[in-house]
Amino acid sequence: MRSLNPGDFIFLITAARWTILLSLAAFLGGGLIGAGIALLRISSVRAARYGAIGYITLFQGTPLLLQLFLVFFGTDMLGVPLSPWVAAALGLSMNAGAFLGEIWRGSLQAVPKTQLEAASALGLHYFPMMRRVVLPQALRIATAPTVGFLVNLVKSTSLAAIIGFVELTRAAQLLNNATFRPFTIFASVAVLYFLLCWPLTIASRKLETRMAAAYKR
Amino acid sequence: MEYTFHFIDVWTNRQELLWGAWLTVQLSAVSMVLSLVIAIFGALARTSGPKWLQVLVAAYVEFVRNTPFLVQVFVIFFGLPALGLRLEADTGALIAMVLNGSAYTIEIVRAGIQAINHGQVEAAYALGLHKIQTFRSIVLPQALRAVFTPLGSQFILLMLNSSIVSVISAEELTAAAQDIQSRTFRSFEVYIVTIAIYLVLSISFTAVFATLNRVFFPRLETR
Repeated sequence: MRSLNPGDFIFLITAARWTILLSLAAFLGGGLIGAGIALLRISSVRAARYGAIGYITLFQGTPLLLQLFLVFFGTDMLGVPLSPWVAAALGLSMNAGAFLGEIWRGSLQAVPKTQLEAASALGLHYFPMMRRVVLPQALRIATAPTVGFLVNLVKSTSLAAIIGFVELTRAAQLLNNATFRPFTIFASVAVLYFLLCWPLTIASRKLETRMAAAYKR
Repeated sequence: MEYTFHFIDVWTNRQELLWGAWLTVQLSAVSMVLSLVIAIFGALARTSGPKWLQVLVAAYVEFVRNTPFLVQVFVIFFGLPALGLRLEADTGALIAMVLNGSAYTIEIVRAGIQAINHGQVEAAYALGLHKIQTFRSIVLPQALRAVFTPLGSQFILLMLNSSIVSVISAEELTAAAQDIQSRTFRSFEVYIVTIAIYLVLSISFTAVFATLNRVFFPRLETR
């Protein structure tokens, strides 16, 4: 057993970069999946809609921890072993895809129908209509809830610690095993997460008020 | 990919898995009720308490909502004993669940309270109701009616989050799954079945909340 020294806090802060990287990876992956899910969800093909609903129900209706277990241990059993980093990024992406898909579907549907009617009356096909008319408006609506979801995503990355990926939480566990100062260590880690998440929370709230004000006019 | 599925090991351990599911239901249900009770008082304090209390509740809500549940569990279960407060795993799990759940629930109930037209409160005072009477019979029922749906979604998230307390070996469904997995090495089969059970649980909770909503808050006559 050794005592805590200032270097240990540097160790925690540097471990936080893996939390940030994992969050970014999951946001990218989740963004791609989410965009696909949102489009399928509002598609005119019934099978596509039901497929998307099934995906969303599955990932929103079961614990993320179990999803990570299945990706990490399951792929290993099936003969495709993934590193904890890849498994965590993949599991978090699939989970984020479901949530982002729902957020973005809502944003797409919040664009007034008359806009689409006007666009098709002007002779725009699906892709030009989406790109020039629907997306620019939906993007503004989606910004605040998307930033809000990022807070959840950053917090979710802590579960990667349980499958052995050394990010902020896992680093804290390792440090605690060596020094056994659980309160100081885990409370400091909580503060670090807070410093990562709170600015996002504030930003999301600001964006929301701005949107609400814009729509009042 | 040559892999033969062996669900037989899961089947022989079905009792343990179902018992775990029952413990998850209990832990979640108790946490939901306690969170709601705390949230009602918390939201009251947050909206009409003295200034220092409002700040305190707001700080608590913000801190809990911006840190991971897993870290909260670690602080409570490993951190508090280091300060001299020893906890059983199951007690630690319940405390973590309630502290986490109530922070989110306070925010939701507060939104419900603030959505109520102030004219309602003034009318209640004009009719001679006291502050507490007004809150209990005018403000709270309408606030809960308004936020019942988001409250239900939040409670389902709480139930799903309960899987995380398995890391401190509190007894519930995920811990049972891990136990079976460590004895049979059938991780894929065990976790697939466990995920299916959680899915059934969240669908069931959704149905229960929808029923409660209809029972407690029957649709108002349209004026």
